[in-house]
Amino acid sequence: MDDRVILRVGAKILIPFILIFALYVQFHGDYGPGGGFQAGVIFAAAFVLYALIYGLGNVVRVLPPKAAYVCGALGVSIFVGVGFVTMALGGGFLDYGVLAHDPAHGQHYGILGVELGVLITVFGVMVALFYAFAGRRRIEP
Amino acid sequence: MSENLPALLIVVPLILAPVAALVGRRDLSWAVAAAACWWAFGAALALLRRVQAEGVIRYELGGWAPPIGIEYRVDLASAFVALIVATIGAVTVVYARTSIAQEITEDRAPLFYAAYILCLTGLMGIAITGDVFNVFVFLEISSLSAYALIALGHDRRALTAAYQYLIMGSVGATFIVIGIGLMYVMTGTLNMVDLAERLPAVADNRTIPVAFAFLTVGVTLKLALFPLHLWLPNAYTYAPSAVTAFMASTATKVSVYLLLRFFFTVFGFDFAWVGMELHRVLMPLSVVAILAMSLVAIYQTNVKRLLAFSSVAQIGYMMLGISFGSVLGVTAGILHLFNHALMKGALFMAMGCVMYRVGSVSTDRMAGLGKAMPWTMAAFVLAGLSLIGVPLTVGFVSKWYLVQAALEQGQWAVAGVVMVGSLMALVYIWKVVEVAYFGEPDPDHELREAPLGLLVPTWILVIASFWFGIDATTTAEVATAAAETLLRGLP
Repeated sequence: MDDRVILRVGAKILIPFILIFALYVQFHGDYGPGGGFQAGVIFAAAFVLYALIYGLGNVVRVLPPKAAYVCGALGVSIFVGVGFVTMALGGGFLDYGVLAHDPAHGQHYGILGVELGVLITVFGVMVALFYAFAGRRRIEP
Repeated sequence: MSENLPALLIVVPLILAPVAALVGRRDLSWAVAAAACWWAFGAALALLRRVQAEGVIRYELGGWAPPIGIEYRVDLASAFVALIVATIGAVTVVYARTSIAQEITEDRAPLFYAAYILCLTGLMGIAITGDVFNVFVFLEISSLSAYALIALGHDRRALTAAYQYLIMGSVGATFIVIGIGLMYVMTGTLNMVDLAERLPAVADNRTIPVAFAFLTVGVTLKLALFPLHLWLPNAYTYAPSAVTAFMASTATKVSVYLLLRFFFTVFGFDFAWVGMELHRVLMPLSVVAILAMSLVAIYQTNVKRLLAFSSVAQIGYMMLGISFGSVLGVTAGILHLFNHALMKGALFMAMGCVMYRVGSVSTDRMAGLGKAMPWTMAAFVLAGLSLIGVPLTVGFVSKWYLVQAALEQGQWAVAGVVMVGSLMALVYIWKVVEVAYFGEPDPDHELREAPLGLLVPTWILVIASFWFGIDATTTAEVATAAAETLLRGLP
């Protein structure tokens, strides 16, 4: 795609904004529409766009398949980990109220923690899926 | 800590699944999986004890009180099913160590164990949750990981088998979610207890029978009731040995439990049996399942496939017991749930031993195995006796209850079908015995007994199937109490 100047420059301009928008969707999730799943998909879309324009080899250097694989597992651990923290603090599973002195703040932190886990897993799995189809060969875990 | 037990039963394995995927080495990931399974076994046992002592346990997730929040609602039936799943999971994970080391490459083993733990988590989750949408979520967790587990089979046909199961299973899951959606539209709630209270008021509306029909078809697809069993034989035949043993003893059983839960707890006996006359559908299908599938099993040459068709027939026995709609009948169904898990697990494990040494479970490759692998074949024969229903085995106990339930309602013909089914089981088990003990071994192949890592779990299940056959009081008491709770409906 060396001759497609518009695509290359356009992607370069767009990608940072896509990443920022993903984070906006993530952190705005508890006030408006959005949340971890959508944010994870948007975050992964930035990587897919980069791979489409600049080639799979370049994106794999930024994010090796191994890292995508780890992300997929790490996010689940964060999600369940938040539940374990609330249980350790004396609440029930995912009872965010106990996370801070003010239960309303606790709910806030808890949701953000859980949604962060969702973002990381969805992002990791989306990118791993893309690698698996785009590479047409096994992604070494 | 202890008040969180229902949640911990589910979330400890859930957090160990990504750990198993991340540790990266086969032995380490096995150790993590073993820890998860043995934890689940201990927790499920403790949960059953507590339900027996204190009655129903209700646990609200996230501090949101039901019916708005999700709750786990553990009664005797759910604790019993969770314990069955956890027991089989804990025995199979020991078996998997040796069998998976041969069947699955080092780099894929961590993913295998992660999927195995997730499947266990999902199945136990279905058993203890009190929220119908949560049921669907856990069903998807267990099904998706099951598709992956089956696809990991050595044979390339495992891929098509898994794909077939994926399509059929997704159709079933979709039907279930449509049924749940229709109920939600009519009642505005997803909590089982709340649904049971609100459904009678709207039961005259056409939507509720439609929801009932969708749920029935969806769940019977998942539990492989004849004629919706087409995904099962291939999936069981080509999956890795440990997966077949695990799935055959747990996945369909949990679906049977789900059916009980929907029919008795959510819709209630009056709606399902008196209003919709469900037994008119279930009983004929169960009878056909027993007779036709046993007949098909007789003609199989691949023993794993033979046992798979026998599983469909055995599901017929469970559904037959449930279709009576009486305490005795449902008791027979729940008992057979447990008993069949033990014996089919043992049979598939014995076939896994044969697969390990011979590399095939076709009857023409099994000639003379009785001499070469005496312990494996002895386990197969003893578990086979249980499948036939010989006294002193668990199979006898469940058939005893089943025949009693049939006679209680004066259904002599149905009792006869149970007897004929047992005779047919004798034929297909004998077929394997004949080849293994009276066939001439192939002199070119030097065969040895299977390693202890495979034999010990197999024999644990064989001994258990005799133990609970000789002393059936514990299991029968739990099953009767569970059946009574289910039929009584909600307090």
